Amino acid sequence: MTVLRVAGGRVRERAAGPSGWFVVPALAIFAFFALVPLAVALWLSFTQWNAISAPAFVGLANWQSVLADPGTWHALGLSLQVVVLSWIVQTPISLLLGVFTAGKQRYRAVFAALYFLPLILSSAAIAIAFKALLDPNFGLGSSVGIPWLNQNWLGDPNLILYVVIFIIAWQFVPLHTLLYQGGVRQIPASLYEAADIDGATRMQQFFSITLPQLKYTIVTSSTLMVAGSLTYFDLVFVLTGGVPSDAINILPIDMYVTGFSASQFGTASVLAMILVVVGLALALLMTKLSGFTKMTSQQDGA
Amino acid sequence: MMTSLLTPDTGTSPRRTSRGPRSAGHSDASRRRAGGRPNVLAGLGGTLWLLIIILPLYYVVITSVRPQEGFFGSNQLLPPTDPTFDQYALVLQSDFFRYLFNSVVVTVATVIVTVLVSLMAAFAIVRSSTRFVRLSFSVFLLGLAIPLQATIIPLFYMLSQIGLYDTLWALILPSVGFAIPLTVLILSNFIRDIPGELFESMRVEGASQWRMLFSLVLPLSRPAIVTVALYNALNVWNGFLFPLVLTQNPDNRVLPLSLWTFQGQFTVNIPAVLAAVVLSTLPIFVLYVVGRRQLVSGMTAGFGK
Repeated sequence: MTVLRVAGGRVRERAAGPSGWFVVPALAIFAFFALVPLAVALWLSFTQWNAISAPAFVGLANWQSVLADPGTWHALGLSLQVVVLSWIVQTPISLLLGVFTAGKQRYRAVFAALYFLPLILSSAAIAIAFKALLDPNFGLGSSVGIPWLNQNWLGDPNLILYVVIFIIAWQFVPLHTLLYQGGVRQIPASLYEAADIDGATRMQQFFSITLPQLKYTIVTSSTLMVAGSLTYFDLVFVLTGGVPSDAINILPIDMYVTGFSASQFGTASVLAMILVVVGLALALLMTKLSGFTKMTSQQDGA
Repeated sequence: MMTSLLTPDTGTSPRRTSRGPRSAGHSDASRRRAGGRPNVLAGLGGTLWLLIIILPLYYVVITSVRPQEGFFGSNQLLPPTDPTFDQYALVLQSDFFRYLFNSVVVTVATVIVTVLVSLMAAFAIVRSSTRFVRLSFSVFLLGLAIPLQATIIPLFYMLSQIGLYDTLWALILPSVGFAIPLTVLILSNFIRDIPGELFESMRVEGASQWRMLFSLVLPLSRPAIVTVALYNALNVWNGFLFPLVLTQNPDNRVLPLSLWTFQGQFTVNIPAVLAAVVLSTLPIFVLYVVGRRQLVSGMTAGFGK
């Protein structure tokens, strides 16, 4: 970009660049509809508001009641459980499927095209499909004839969390498969050729070439997975018919119900702020754990 | 923080193709595998996952054409012997086209506004180095970390205050706001690779910045624009939370929300509810069949945020 710049022309060129006004429309819309709401949520968290009368300032009362409420900690704990279990379930499956679909075999390309179908469905559609499929009265369980399948999957408080984890995996493994597929396809073939000459088995190649080479993809995919499952809402809301039981009252659901069902928008705003803080904390933790600073410097040299 | 995560793999930056050994190995790596002995274990695992993915989809499709009479007694896994499209007719008559129209309006408006303002911003971010522009870029990057869910209560309050609650604008504007950061990021990564000489020669000819934007940046960034447009369109089309909390009147209902209300309306008429699921997915499914490659690259561009 600097090729044509002559000495002294730098200043003039800078002045000739597009005016700062080009940024303003995007910045204004983004600031008003994404940044300002965070400030408004903070302000609302110090008020009592029922969506009918104007918000009334109550100081720290909402914060005190939310932090003293065991329900909040239960919701937060459940959300973290969803985050951790989702990662444990989705990462190995996505990684293996990514390697699988990166292969050039014709049947794998066909499989891949079908694997990615869940990506085009809305969470609402997926929730409705699984709600019918898992219904104890007329769903899958009553038709297959395997007694184990015939359980009250959605109504049993001991099962619902695992059912949700499974459906989230069904919905999001395709996306992460796609990420890993891209990662695998960038691994230099020469590494495998060398391993072949050394007589390394397929398993050895996977653990000593594929896995280490996918390090950055694993970090990316994991970060997205953690951020996504912490704020998961749509599917759980529709799956539980809008009245989630305590066993699946994850943080975003707790926030919605406290606000829009119980009309305690001030209290719900505290939960929204907790969601933001926990999200940022997890993101920072992921960055720390993956040694992010070291990683970026390696990227170009890899 | 997300930037450096996103840049190496977005798949839209032309820089990536010239990245030396990594991308050069691409096709070779795959060819090598095809030559080896067949991996039976992988084939079995892959087939198992295929069944897991396909079974619910198969169930939705066959159930949507199952007649209501005798529904509860029939085996749910076998296709009905006397398929019927009655439930499709019922859904289509239940204001389906209004919801479809709303979804189209919201999606198209969001994508056009997002791409337009983001392209302008990305152009300035790449070609200008004033402090204001650089600061704006940092603000956009920060925006990648804002969870949409945490903003629904303040947005509900703000949009009520300015009189936009329960209008399609209440869906379009926040959707644009949340689509902007990633769109700016991807587009500016792409524009950065347009050779500076091209801008320079246009400048020598006396072209204005607007002309550069529309006759140089716009045509050259088309692949990236298609990618981000598809990614944003899919997100908005399938969005559920904004419509749930920011609209109320059936006149402003979009498709994902209509699935939720159909479920309440048809209750035990499961075939009708699932017919609505099929119908709401159909437009995207057609797109998937026609332009799978583009759509799939659009989805990884955003990394599913």
